[in-house]
Amino acid sequence: MAATTEAVDQVRSIGEQYKYGFVTDIDVDLAPKGLNEDIVRLISKKKEEPEWMLEWRLKAYRHWLTMEEPTWQKPQYPDIDYQDSYYYAAPTTTEKPKSLDEVDPKLLETYEKLGIPLREQEVLAGVEGAPAVAVDAVFDSVSVATTYKAKLEEQGIIFCSISEAVRDHPELVQKYLGSVVPYSDNFFATLNCAVFTDGSFVYIPKGVRCPMELSTYFRINAENTGQFERTLIIADEGSYVSYLEGCTAPQRDEHQLHAAVVELVALDDAEIKYSTVQNWYPGDEDGKGGIYNFVTKRAACRGHNSKVSWTQVETGSAITWKYPSCILQGDNSVGEFYSVAITNNAQLADTGTKMIHIGKNTRSRIISKGISAGKADQTYRGLVRVQRGAKGARNYTQCDSLLIGDKCGAHTIPYIESQNPSAQVEHEATTSRIGEDQLFYCRQRGMDEEEAVALIVNGFCKEVLQTLPMEFVVEAQKLLGISLEGSVG
Amino acid sequence: MALLEIRNLHATVDGKQILNGLDLKIDTGEVHAIMGPNGSGKSTLSYVLTGRDGYELTDGDILFDGVSLLEMEPDERAREGVFLAFQYPVEIPGVTNMTFLRTAVNAVREHRGEMPFDPMDFVKYAREKATDLNVSDDMLRRPVNTGFSGGEKKRMEILQMAALEPRVAILDETDSGLDIDALKVVADGVNAMRSDERGMLVITHYQRLLDYIVPDHVHVLANGRIVKSGDKALALELEKKGYAEFLEQAA
Repeated sequence: MAATTEAVDQVRSIGEQYKYGFVTDIDVDLAPKGLNEDIVRLISKKKEEPEWMLEWRLKAYRHWLTMEEPTWQKPQYPDIDYQDSYYYAAPTTTEKPKSLDEVDPKLLETYEKLGIPLREQEVLAGVEGAPAVAVDAVFDSVSVATTYKAKLEEQGIIFCSISEAVRDHPELVQKYLGSVVPYSDNFFATLNCAVFTDGSFVYIPKGVRCPMELSTYFRINAENTGQFERTLIIADEGSYVSYLEGCTAPQRDEHQLHAAVVELVALDDAEIKYSTVQNWYPGDEDGKGGIYNFVTKRAACRGHNSKVSWTQVETGSAITWKYPSCILQGDNSVGEFYSVAITNNAQLADTGTKMIHIGKNTRSRIISKGISAGKADQTYRGLVRVQRGAKGARNYTQCDSLLIGDKCGAHTIPYIESQNPSAQVEHEATTSRIGEDQLFYCRQRGMDEEEAVALIVNGFCKEVLQTLPMEFVVEAQKLLGISLEGSVG
Repeated sequence: MALLEIRNLHATVDGKQILNGLDLKIDTGEVHAIMGPNGSGKSTLSYVLTGRDGYELTDGDILFDGVSLLEMEPDERAREGVFLAFQYPVEIPGVTNMTFLRTAVNAVREHRGEMPFDPMDFVKYAREKATDLNVSDDMLRRPVNTGFSGGEKKRMEILQMAALEPRVAILDETDSGLDIDALKVVADGVNAMRSDERGMLVITHYQRLLDYIVPDHVHVLANGRIVKSGDKALALELEKKGYAEFLEQAA
């Protein structure tokens, strides 16, 4: 086909340019649509990756070709044409708004409600010429990012983009990349292995307690969260880190499919706390144009007494489909999963966790709060597996669903497999509706309907929200209210 | 002009006529008591006044400071200063009393064009109000009405009233489920709120409450309308004779 030949030529010519100085600014950020080995090579080259990285990507790509897209999930979606997407930096230059005046006023209204400063609004809305570094809501960006970086380096903490890590810390990346989510894991994760373009890398050395929340906010080069993000966090023996991904503000994005992979490794006595606030574009009232958030997140509690906590607040995306999981290998290791998922209008979610108990006396705790409104439908799907050797393993699961209106749905599908008679597994589930009496009570005290819903929902989610880092609790609370606007009445 | 004027009020619930031409005027500084047997329309009256869904007004009008409340949503009426102390206060799990109170008070303050409290200032404000009602810090930190005893719930209702400073307060069977000590605390709280700026409507089944909250006017509600009005002596008369006589009159 002519189109394909043209594409290949284009890739080659871009590839050739690199030989002559890749260091200079590349404004030719266009790779043709479609996916093939040349595109994989192009990505690897653009990222100046070593040979082993390219080989790994190609291995994944070839494996992906043999895989079939899964269909067992509850939310169904139209077929994705993988050859009709850009895999490297889509040409968005023509689409960028020139100033905030050109941005959808609805989006700006939401920023306003969240109290986001103007400069950061520009970054989030993708305004042309906005600063390349995301700005925290309180501090000035660049200085903060730099100060933080210096402070981290003092302690030997590595916090950089995954691409930098591949170049600068190949021994760590080679050792751990794909060690939790192997390249052959699942359709979307395998695709990610082949074409991931950015993401974060964190290494906390032995015995170090990371002195601050690490957040994508502060990561240099974080101006655009990629379609295929790849994050790898390693907490060495006795270390601690808290990482926050995402942002409460709705982010514009041209890509529909987001297939990120997050791998966490906790060694002996180490602890990782990973918090996510996801508020991608959910689409219009019928779900048209929203993001598909198909993400693989998994943690290996490899060491004795290691601990991983996942906290997620999922309010965006047309479809959210993910199960942040813990493999509890080390004896006495602990896995936790705290989740709030809100689906409104036509949003769909199939989310939960997997807790795989392998080591002795491993413990896991799952608290899931699902809120459905409008025509939305959501499923909690969770697996608790206790393997033969996991003597004394314990799990506690609590799944609560709250319904707003009479057109939405909530489903709870727990899978429990125990091969050890000493294990204790508990599962509790409730489904309730926001009561007319609760709403009236709040309104009789002067709160308008939306304020009342936000208050009641925040109360319902309290147990999960309080596991978030302090500075994000308030933002997350506001976000819940905003996500449910128009859900009553 | 009366603070609250109820004119020829007719209302239905689920298609059933409950109020049949109720008239009542409350002026500032006055406490009115409405007494009546079960099913006479006492609670319906409180919900119609506050605009609850499902309580449909079929005729008549409710004027507050001369302005009709009928077109106002329940929350607008509340922000204007109409307060209802619920017979059965509702539980809101996970929301502390402090947060609930602050959200409510700030909604009303904003409506009045006043600065909303920041959380720290509000704690001070709430504590001041709470001390008089024997409400501990611990109670303020607990979720709204969740796991509260009957007496605690009613004390919290009065605390909300004290914090919101309404222009007209409707107390719907505030005495139900209270022992005598709790009743005294609640009544003291209500009496402390009596003022020349404010009117009160105390709805009750029993005379007992009126020993503690002494009304200026007493009305007997039967079959959806007021069949007799008088001063506090009427309440004592009712206590002796019961409602039977009035039910016959109304029928």
